[in-house]
Amino acid sequence: MVVNCEEVWREISNYLDGEVDAGRRAAMDEHFRGCKRCTSVLEGMRNVVQLYGDERMVEAPLGFGYRLQRRLGENAHPTRRTFFGWMVAAAAAVLVAGSFEAARSSGFGRTQLRSEHAQPGKGVPPEMMVWVYPDGKTFHVLGCEYILDKTHLRTVVAHEALREGYVPCVRCMKKYLNEQATLRSSSFRA
Amino acid sequence: MPESATSLGHPAQQPSEVELIRRVRDGEGDLFYELIRPYERRVYSATFAILRNAEDAEDAAQEAMLKAFKHIRQFREEARFSTWLIQIAVNEARMRRRKDHAELMEPIADRQDESGNYTPRDFADWREIPSETLERKEVREKLAEALASLGDIYRDVFVLRDMQHLSIEETAAALGISTASVKTRLLRARLMLRDLLAPGLGGPWMSRLSFEKGAKPW
Repeated sequence: MVVNCEEVWREISNYLDGEVDAGRRAAMDEHFRGCKRCTSVLEGMRNVVQLYGDERMVEAPLGFGYRLQRRLGENAHPTRRTFFGWMVAAAAAVLVAGSFEAARSSGFGRTQLRSEHAQPGKGVPPEMMVWVYPDGKTFHVLGCEYILDKTHLRTVVAHEALREGYVPCVRCMKKYLNEQATLRSSSFRA
Repeated sequence: MPESATSLGHPAQQPSEVELIRRVRDGEGDLFYELIRPYERRVYSATFAILRNAEDAEDAAQEAMLKAFKHIRQFREEARFSTWLIQIAVNEARMRRRKDHAELMEPIADRQDESGNYTPRDFADWREIPSETLERKEVREKLAEALASLGDIYRDVFVLRDMQHLSIEETAAALGISTASVKTRLLRARLMLRDLLAPGLGGPWMSRLSFEKGAKPW
């Protein structure tokens, strides 16, 4: 079999992919030996395939993996549980409900505010780090002028402090108190 | 190569891909990122090659992986997970491209007769390019420019076949075209890229780069 340049160009991509039969491959090999132009096309095409096939060709932007993981975390919740999974979830729900009931009846897990003169505040970032006295009523940010003795201070996240009945300090946490509470606190202090 | 039945390239105690798929299907959604992590770069690469914009590509890649998570029960285990993921990403990117009316600005190459003959330009030898060349940003930019100049139908095939390493059959299935069309478009894409790049990579670009580095790359 003898092939000319135009036939080679039509099949050159298949040749590179090993998609031509043995007879045609032999004929093309023979042609390449005597044709500089077709050899140049073949070499060029091989370079193209190698360069673009390299994984360094496209770089993901910095932080791509982190942002992807975060978005998946926000959206990727299990959509269907197995029967066993449902049973475990149901059992866990019963246990949690029972624990809350037991805690409520025993006074453990205080939900009452520690101060009857304040309100729990609104919009406190739940993961904000705040400072409390074990026997105190309010939580503060560090540097608050109402913190007089730092010896017994402990840190907790805001949602824990709220759960334990602490209320926002009227000085350093003022922006998280509603108007009514702020006014009442001000008049109380006056 | 981190493929279906093998480990993910981590120590032996790490769960295999097959096991991860099973556990995600059984409700352990937080393992999904572990499952797709080996392929996240390839997914981005596919969406970027189609959309040609980093921000759009990232959003499309994220959306594609969310869709993969939501539809993971539709994944058939006889297929490669990576191929399935890339197909979803390519579909997402192509859908966005259609929405953006990119088709209104149809590149000249798209109007060419797909089945017509293409005569490659006559250049002197283009010798083998060392892969280290890709470390150079300017070379990657030249390659990206050349790829972007192709018509969509050629670029889509080239991206799946030569950049994502899908088989001809997988490429045809992903794009909803025949294997014969894949071969024709691939031939055209490779020839056009060769013609676009050969004058630079075979001469001035490489000479400049090699001069900067103080040594010829070949």
